[in-house]
Amino acid sequence: MEPLEDRVLDGNAIGGMLLEVFGTEMTTATGACGSCGTVGQVAELAVYRPGLGTVVRCRHCDNVLMVFVQVSGVTCVDLRGLASLT
Amino acid sequence: MAGTAVRGRLTWLTATVGSIVDETAKVRTLSLEVPDWAGHRAGQHLDIRLTAEDGYQAERAYSIATAPGEPVAITVERLDDGEVSPYLTEELRPGDQIEVRGPVGGYFVWDPVDGGPLMLLAGGSGIVPLRAILRHRAREESPVPVRLLYSSRSWSEVIYRAELDQHAPGVAVIHTLTREQPAGWTGYARRVDQPMLAEVAWSAAQAPLAYVCGPTSFVETVAAGLVALGYSPGRVKTERFGATGS
Repeated sequence: MEPLEDRVLDGNAIGGMLLEVFGTEMTTATGACGSCGTVGQVAELAVYRPGLGTVVRCRHCDNVLMVFVQVSGVTCVDLRGLASLT
Repeated sequence: MAGTAVRGRLTWLTATVGSIVDETAKVRTLSLEVPDWAGHRAGQHLDIRLTAEDGYQAERAYSIATAPGEPVAITVERLDDGEVSPYLTEELRPGDQIEVRGPVGGYFVWDPVDGGPLMLLAGGSGIVPLRAILRHRAREESPVPVRLLYSSRSWSEVIYRAELDQHAPGVAVIHTLTREQPAGWTGYARRVDQPMLAEVAWSAAQAPLAYVCGPTSFVETVAAGLVALGYSPGRVKTERFGATGS
């Protein structure tokens, strides 16, 4: 078994999915956490892929920033944890 | 921000496997012929999608192992409990076709114009995007000085060993072997730690640009260590591949 922390990826790993969803390169985009206000590049965010979908969390406060679930070729996106994404 | 649903816009392409090179007992490099490939930057990755007969699909991201202008290739480590890597390293043959999407990523990339000095730090197969950066630097004849600190479990598990041994001008390669060392080994023989970083890394006063890639725990240790040495967090680029498949 790998250490638990080795299951945490970062935003680089979901660059392809983000490109598919947003139509543009997003790993260098800047997101602001809607909970603690921490600002960082998407590539640096914590990413969990438990199997059913993808959860992106703030590295500072662990707030859920983005959730992606793919169903029948359609990606459902929840960005409610973000104050902004530019 | 409100939830929404969108349809995919990025195209999956059909790649044909060209040559296959064994790098170590568990690691292979697959060259891929991809019609309509848009061209890539050093450090980018691509996604691979496998579809089972029952329709089940698995996707993984793999760093591109070659420089811009070179044919596309990926280097894959077989993970015994992996869904994708055993197929890529054991089943695929030249001429087989797989689906790829890319190139992907704009963060963990380097071009000569980004300058240096470059501090590259790799854990295991985290060497792959850094090898693309080294090749790009050589092809572009960039004078940017490079130090590479590369952590492997043993000498036989060092990926691209012959290529890294070529002593390219301006490139210093420092190995550490964490589990097993050959007889007479005089190099580092432990996991990367703060004293090692202090000995090996460029001084923060030189405003180095660092790229750190490997398992998540390796990246966390190294990135925090570089910042503790005075590196600007904005000049420490990180890529974590976890331990399950990419």
